[in-house]
Amino acid sequence: MNKCQTAQQVVAQIKDGMTVGIGGWGPRRKPMALIRELLRSDVKDLTIVAYGGADVGMLCAAGKVKKVIYAFVSLDFIPLEPYFRQARQNATIETMEIDEGMFLLGLKAAAMNIPFIPTNIGLGTDVLNINPEIKTIESPYSDGKEWVAMPAINLDVALLHVDKADSRGVCQIKGADHYMDDLFARASKQTFVSCDELVESDYFHQDPLEARFVFWERSETNAVVHIPGGAHPTSCDPMYGFDVPHFKTYNASVKSDGGWQSYFDEFVQCSEQEYLEKVGGLDALKKLPLPVF
Amino acid sequence: MSNSTPATDYTLTELLICAASTAWIDDGEVLATGIGIVPRLAASLSMLSTNPDLMMTDSEAYMVAEPVPVGKRNGYEPKRDSWMGFSRIFDNVWGKKRHAFVGPTQIDCFGQANISCIGPHAKPKVQMLGVRGFPGNSISHQNSFFIPNHNKKVFVDGEVDMVASIGYNPERLPKGYSFDDIDIRLIVTNLCVMDFNGPNKQIRVISLHPGVSIEEVVDNTSFQLSYASDIPTTAAPTVEQLEIINRVDPNNARAYVIKDNPLGDRRKEQA
Repeated sequence: MNKCQTAQQVVAQIKDGMTVGIGGWGPRRKPMALIRELLRSDVKDLTIVAYGGADVGMLCAAGKVKKVIYAFVSLDFIPLEPYFRQARQNATIETMEIDEGMFLLGLKAAAMNIPFIPTNIGLGTDVLNINPEIKTIESPYSDGKEWVAMPAINLDVALLHVDKADSRGVCQIKGADHYMDDLFARASKQTFVSCDELVESDYFHQDPLEARFVFWERSETNAVVHIPGGAHPTSCDPMYGFDVPHFKTYNASVKSDGGWQSYFDEFVQCSEQEYLEKVGGLDALKKLPLPVF
Repeated sequence: MSNSTPATDYTLTELLICAASTAWIDDGEVLATGIGIVPRLAASLSMLSTNPDLMMTDSEAYMVAEPVPVGKRNGYEPKRDSWMGFSRIFDNVWGKKRHAFVGPTQIDCFGQANISCIGPHAKPKVQMLGVRGFPGNSISHQNSFFIPNHNKKVFVDGEVDMVASIGYNPERLPKGYSFDDIDIRLIVTNLCVMDFNGPNKQIRVISLHPGVSIEEVVDNTSFQLSYASDIPTTAAPTVEQLEIINRVDPNNARAYVIKDNPLGDRRKEQA
């Protein structure tokens, strides 16, 4: 079985109005090359589901987004994402703003093929008021309490980035955290994974510890796209950190008229090969330091 | 001079770190999560002094046996005890063995807090982070708040613009729940330390920082506060506490938390 495809091939399967989950967390291990390909496409009216960073901001800036399902959208060291903020303050997008843990449960419910998971998260807060589609239920048991029935967040497509994958769709994340990527893969009908390195299957067999860094079965992976540096400007721990100067340029662009268009013309409206050259080349990218807190 | 002697020279930020560190004293073996420099250093100080049973992370994906110094590590290698990725953080949160110390943008008289947005949610005046983990934290475990700029925009009239964390608001109490299901401990500000032990969980001023009057606190708060006629002064850091803070903050990140890094006793600043 060979699941290798190009970025163009996988993005061509994303249609107007689809619900697209994006793995990673804030400025970490986002499938940015796939996002750039999505930005180049004509697709629109997407519902984006993400522990969000510049992935969400860029898609908002490019007018691809109808709705965002999120708990936060942040670049971490730049706390507020510039284009997400702009879209929110101009009220150009619909929202489902929920707690980070509710988000996990929504993906989990989708992954389990059940309609909801009961939780106490959200009770007493405005999360329930701004999201009337999230219902509360009475417990069928003797606790006598009210519970939030966190609905499944069913995804049409999940876009993920990993360090290494083979052509069968065995994906490895060696970074310190795989975040909720496994749940994104399970919550979606189709999962498209970009990888920094495409490896032979033997790679996983050299040591059982290698297999410990594989967090979902290959049956959850529908396509593998080999894109070295494909997470840039976000990090791909342990291979490279996030590109602080690049994020600063991106963040500053919101302040000038036509700022997004200039960023788009420079860094999106080009091939990935050209992109890599513009950001200093793959060798320089791999030397970006991992963040320390 | 013994190490437990109160220091004479200390900054306001150092005073706040020491005051905030008292939050975890009686918590036993819980995960101490301090978001931001002051809460993080406060948790670090507590783990290295008053509550050695505390647990902390490296702010990434591992539990560590001792607090990781803030910023540049200069060769220091975190003492990693176990993996603690984000999915496992939620297992810990829901298991209730955690006390988070966070910095909301708004707090109301019920202890409801907001980091989501200012203005109506449908079209905010200012979009901030989103609710993040506030709803789950607030109904799962102990929480405390740090406010570096005590004013009426933070301590708002009525309710916060977006109730991101549940507080002691009888109107919003879910069916089958009581105030016992909510555990907000301390609010440490640049002016004072407060808890929720006034009548009916009213916010109560428990100490004033050196040189701060209760009138200044009241004037900078939009709602009624509870306080005694004789309010203690917030304890000055001890020599030992300052030494520990220096160890966990070797790059002096704490000097940049409050503008101009004022002295802990403002009367000395004016002198």
